[in-house]
Amino acid sequence: MSGLLVLDAGVLTTVQDRGRPGLAHLGVPRAGPLDAPAAALANRLVGNPPDAALLEVTLGGLAVRADAGRWVAVTGAPAPVTVDGRARGSARPEWLPAGAELRLAAPPSGVRTYVAVAGGIEVEPVLGSRATDTLAWVGPPRVSSGAVLPLGPAVGRPEPVDTPREPVPGPVRLLPGPRADWCGPDPVGSLCAASYVVTDDSDRVGLRLDGPPLPRTREGELPSEGMVLGAVQVPPDGRPVVFLADHPVTGGYPVVAVVHPDDLWVCGQLRPGDPLRFTRAGRPPARGGATR
Amino acid sequence: MQALPFGERSFLVEVPDAVAALSLARWVRASGLAVVDVVPAARTVLLDGVADPDGVAAVLGAWRPEERAEPGPLVELAVVYDGADLDDVAQRWGTDAAGVAERLAGTELVAAFSGFAPGFSYLAGLPDRLAVPRLATPRPRVPAGSVAVADTWCGVYPTASPGGWRLLGHTSAELWDPSRDSPALLAPGTRVRLVPA
Repeated sequence: MSGLLVLDAGVLTTVQDRGRPGLAHLGVPRAGPLDAPAAALANRLVGNPPDAALLEVTLGGLAVRADAGRWVAVTGAPAPVTVDGRARGSARPEWLPAGAELRLAAPPSGVRTYVAVAGGIEVEPVLGSRATDTLAWVGPPRVSSGAVLPLGPAVGRPEPVDTPREPVPGPVRLLPGPRADWCGPDPVGSLCAASYVVTDDSDRVGLRLDGPPLPRTREGELPSEGMVLGAVQVPPDGRPVVFLADHPVTGGYPVVAVVHPDDLWVCGQLRPGDPLRFTRAGRPPARGGATR
Repeated sequence: MQALPFGERSFLVEVPDAVAALSLARWVRASGLAVVDVVPAARTVLLDGVADPDGVAAVLGAWRPEERAEPGPLVELAVVYDGADLDDVAQRWGTDAAGVAERLAGTELVAAFSGFAPGFSYLAGLPDRLAVPRLATPRPRVPAGSVAVADTWCGVYPTASPGGWRLLGHTSAELWDPSRDSPALLAPGTRVRLVPA
């Protein structure tokens, strides 16, 4: 079987695919790439199906070697790419010859770089997915130096498509959350009026923000309730946390807003010290539910 | 009953208690509503990833809170009562260690919802007067299989983890095994009886 030898795993490299949605009622986080559009692009570029597993590399530093020639694509945080020391491009298919070494340097901006290899990473799936969840460590272990990651047969053709996106994203859009009444008359308005800075305890579980604390205007405790991707939770210190792919399935702090799904990747690419602004999402959410 | 919007395609439905949440979660699953996750909790049910948000109202409107879910499968857990907080809990319950074991053996618990860790179930069924507070300072490590109580909940730690619940004993049952068809032994709806080993 063909494999990818990991020479250096960097700070944190995980295998990711579309994750494990549908198991939240058993306490299983969804996992999956934090910058899902970048991961999807990497798979498309090498001709993989959308559910193929790839590598999510945190702050560069990855070095790998394939035992047979493969198409590869690097997307997401712009880590400089070399193959056997020669510069290669990002966001396009590159040929990695047998025995050649692919290296990612540290990206000047962003956090997570995706490396897709034609055929996909075929580590043993757990509960239907090859994604690593870093909260409960469901799924394959984190990628370690010296590991050999099995690769599937490359079936598709590389697609030299290029889908550039906005280099400097605008403010992150917010939808109202279910517990807005716990933090003042208009917590979305307060979040949009302030500016925040990403703190260094941010990870795949949540993006933690420093800024003007949101006041708690209701006493008491909220019983644990289900949480969604992008939920903006307000702990007792008033500093908001945006839940990312490995978030706990339930939580007991009020959620006052939810990040628009199309803007989640922005949150996954912010590094400690980066500023963050919010804006109100244009369209109100669809109405539903019954009152009795 | 209120369905609070939770982003674009999710709703948080408020219900009176955990048993009602369990019943509504089953109702929604049986209704055929296209939804990715249905997550019952203490007083809510989260519907996450609803394909047609406008169709939610009709499904919820047809549910009756007095409708109880069909009883789930019964799991008996053999418990060795040797927990660090057993005497403390016995005192709070006005009994002794044997009394705690007897009390639990005579109570049918139900796995109301999961959370905290894969396979960790909040087991409902203890009356309000047996509520005990969590530890003021959580333990940094609670061994897998620990049987514990907090508030009126019982729980069994599926894996070793930090924990603030009061420890009564331990079981050797495999609470969580991702290679099983049903990875969680105590999935929501499962009835549970703690029997002395």
